[in-house]
Amino acid sequence: MNSWLLSLVIWLPIVGGAIVSLVGNARADTARWLSLAIAIATLIASVPLLTGYDASAGTMQFLESHVWIGAIAANYHLGVDGISIALIALTTFTTVLVIIGAWDSVHERVNQYLAAFLILEGLMIGVFAALDALLFYVFFEGMLIPMFIIIGIWGGPRRVYATLKFFLYTFFGSIFMLIALIYLFMHTHSWELADMAKLPLSATVQAWLFFAFLAGFAIKVPMWPVHTWLPDAHVEAPTGGSVILAAIMLKIGGYGFIRFSLPITPDASQEYAWVVVAMSLIAVIYIGFVALVQEDMKKLIAYSSVSHMGFVTLGVFISLALVRNGGNNEAAYLGMSGAMVQMISHGFISGAMFASVGVIYDRMHTRMIRDYGGVANTMPWFAALWVLFSMANCGLPGTSGFVGEFMVILASFQMNPWVSAAAAFTLILGAAYTLWLVKRVIFGAVANDHVAHLKDINSREALMLGAFAAAVLLFGIWPAPLTHLMDASIRHIVDQLLVVKAV
Amino acid sequence: MPFNIHDIAVLLPENFLLGATCAILLIDLFLKPSQRAVTHWLSLASVVVTIVLILLDTDAAPTAFNGMFIHDGIAAVLKVFILATTATVFVYARGYLQDRGLHVGEFYLLTLFATLGAMLLVAAGSLVTVYLGLELLTLSTYALVAINRDSALSSEAAMKYFVLGALASGMLLYGMSMIYGATGTLDLKQIQAAATFASGGAENHQALLAFGLVFLVVGIGFKFGVAPFHMWIPDVYQGAPTAVTLFIGSTLKIAAFGMAYRLLEGGLAGMLSHWREMLAVLAVASLAIGNIVAIAQTNLKRLLAYSTIAQMGFLLMGLLNGTPSGYAAAMFYAIAYAITATVAFGGILLLARSGFEAEEIEDFKGLNRRNPWYAFIMLLAMASLAGVPPLFGFFAKLLVLKAAIDAGMLWVAIVAIISSIIGAFYYLRVVKVMYFDAPNDTSELMLPKDLPFRWLLSVNGAALLVLGLFWGPLIAWCYRAFGLS
Repeated sequence: MNSWLLSLVIWLPIVGGAIVSLVGNARADTARWLSLAIAIATLIASVPLLTGYDASAGTMQFLESHVWIGAIAANYHLGVDGISIALIALTTFTTVLVIIGAWDSVHERVNQYLAAFLILEGLMIGVFAALDALLFYVFFEGMLIPMFIIIGIWGGPRRVYATLKFFLYTFFGSIFMLIALIYLFMHTHSWELADMAKLPLSATVQAWLFFAFLAGFAIKVPMWPVHTWLPDAHVEAPTGGSVILAAIMLKIGGYGFIRFSLPITPDASQEYAWVVVAMSLIAVIYIGFVALVQEDMKKLIAYSSVSHMGFVTLGVFISLALVRNGGNNEAAYLGMSGAMVQMISHGFISGAMFASVGVIYDRMHTRMIRDYGGVANTMPWFAALWVLFSMANCGLPGTSGFVGEFMVILASFQMNPWVSAAAAFTLILGAAYTLWLVKRVIFGAVANDHVAHLKDINSREALMLGAFAAAVLLFGIWPAPLTHLMDASIRHIVDQLLVVKAV
Repeated sequence: MPFNIHDIAVLLPENFLLGATCAILLIDLFLKPSQRAVTHWLSLASVVVTIVLILLDTDAAPTAFNGMFIHDGIAAVLKVFILATTATVFVYARGYLQDRGLHVGEFYLLTLFATLGAMLLVAAGSLVTVYLGLELLTLSTYALVAINRDSALSSEAAMKYFVLGALASGMLLYGMSMIYGATGTLDLKQIQAAATFASGGAENHQALLAFGLVFLVVGIGFKFGVAPFHMWIPDVYQGAPTAVTLFIGSTLKIAAFGMAYRLLEGGLAGMLSHWREMLAVLAVASLAIGNIVAIAQTNLKRLLAYSTIAQMGFLLMGLLNGTPSGYAAAMFYAIAYAITATVAFGGILLLARSGFEAEEIEDFKGLNRRNPWYAFIMLLAMASLAGVPPLFGFFAKLLVLKAAIDAGMLWVAIVAIISSIIGAFYYLRVVKVMYFDAPNDTSELMLPKDLPFRWLLSVNGAALLVLGLFWGPLIAWCYRAFGLS
């Protein structure tokens, strides 16, 4: 049975983006409305995925399979489970907001800017929907070109350095993954992820493959110590680029661990789980300290992203250790759910934070914290929203930031209380750097004339930030729809972790 | 050896092209310089007709002229793409040559003769045919490089090319003579049966065979331009008129693959374990030297020259696999590279005007602001050369990487991917210049009036993306040629 829904969601923005790029530079408004229409249409097209998905099964659904390249057995094979659907919905939702956010802040070559975002959207959805390893890789790498252009053309003063670093770093990581995939293909004669997961592999081979995958995904997440491209890319990227980068592209790394590392190399993942756990904890704590001393708002949020993404990798690999070492499936399930909820929640929060910085950057043209102070006096509405996002970033109960981190900490306690203590430390650090940022930027007396002349957010910005705020609150207070959507899929993955493949 | 009249029919496409070329030679004599368009269209038409003749060819004869000429699917595929790139060269080159007063009949005739040589080379069944085809190809090309005889740079390039090329041909010939000495035959099929180190082969002539093999590999290395035999490539690429560089950079690569395949697989398959190691060393050296030296280039033609060296290193990874699927991967790579190279050089030709060569990377500054479409085409070419999916070049790289890993040469594959990351840097630099830098000259780009050129370049560039998504039929064709599913 072939469904065409996933293809529609992937190709609508890509084809739409191509059309937008043809609109021409002169007709900026046409380009804006057209791309907004395409983004909304994509969002609407992704709704049937949410409603039509049978969450109780937890299997891949909306399957679509065609022969792509018969000679090497590559298929155009798409399918989604609860996790993919949540991420796809996050993508379509965020892209609409990014396009709204770019309305007044981008004036140069608008059509190309919007086209790049639409094409990027389609490619990212493709990553989440691909069940064929080659197809996955094509989407995974294809994303680099539009992002390279977005940072390089519309970015800040050091954009060329940042975008080259971004591209080469990610290219470097993923090409090792390519070698691993070719190796697997030679033994399975199929690019299907499901077939690769079934292939028995010796412990040594698994270890090599595991580290090849780690190179690809750890850079994407990014994990300490390969995170250094992210602050540069975030600082130089235009607002929309930062939002997409933080909200979605980083999630692809975490998603890759679940789809590749765990099912294909489970034994090596178990053996080297401590490596990833250690890297995650260092990210959570050390990067938290690094965030504390940043003077640039975007850089601070970028480091905070690295720290929060540490929770995702921590949750994933802790649940592996729990299943394998103690047979504690419930705790493992909790850890994995926590990681997934954290991915979605961090998508909304970091997206919202970068969008907020974009809002004041458009007015002040500086991202330095010292140039601000007392923004609450002139922009009360903005201040209220910013404080909400900051609270969510600290992991305050009632916001979505709390749910995922809490679940991961709970799970890690059952593995090792020290790990959990170290992870919980971030709640303090996160509160420290975020609240200090709020104090310096939002509160206090009006720092200078520029701040005194700030205008509060207009209705367009209110719509964008309000949508983010609604999502943050909704999943904080009532995460049930999200966990219900992913529940069976996560159980499915946790069950798979038990399968020992080593021969 | 009896002469069979049917053999002439087997060579119908070659014969047609030869006849057409001779006819054009005569017709061109009677044309005024202002009527040169006639030569252009006649040359183009004869190439296109030759393609059609090859595609319609249903003759089942496996060889002709007592095995001197091989008539198989591999030759057909290679010939089609050799001719197709030649046709592209004609379309792209016209305006450029007119602007420089180089639009002479000799350009077309020499190119046609070179193409004929390439066709013969890729279908060679005997050492004599290999040499014959090769010399027809390269001698015509030497003259083409020097076609702008008033330019010191061109003359120097032609001289270098000629001296080094002659040396390489000498090496090749020397190696052939040793092989002949060891096996007592010029026929590649018989050589293949005799030239093996296994017992029952020419075991008494092992040293001679080994020496012969080394010289053959050196000669092949020269023609590919792989390190350490790459010295001529940058100077020739830069010195030759861009239209000729385009021909050398695309058509010749396909022909070089054909030659390597006929000699190494067709003749010396029994010595695979020996030439595999040699090719691995050549591949690794080319990948490293090509990619690293390319970083320092400021001239786009020189950059593409070093890029070619690295790309040919990739191609060798397919050859050293030594199985039909490896050869198919290498052939696919040669074709993919040729198609991509035509786009890259086409971009240089597009920007070139009389008195302005547009060959410095700086000349491409801010192209996106001046003309987004052609900047996008160049972006596709660069991304394809760098091997970024979903472009055509990525899949070609995928197949040769797979071939190298298949052959158990994982270390070559690792070197290749590391060097391709280095390579990505300089390809991206070109993209950076086009997209991120402000143009020196902010005026709208003056496009050449030559519409067929612009259309074909657009189609050629878009093909990199389309073939990246739908490369199934092409790889299936390559596989069929090698008798795989």
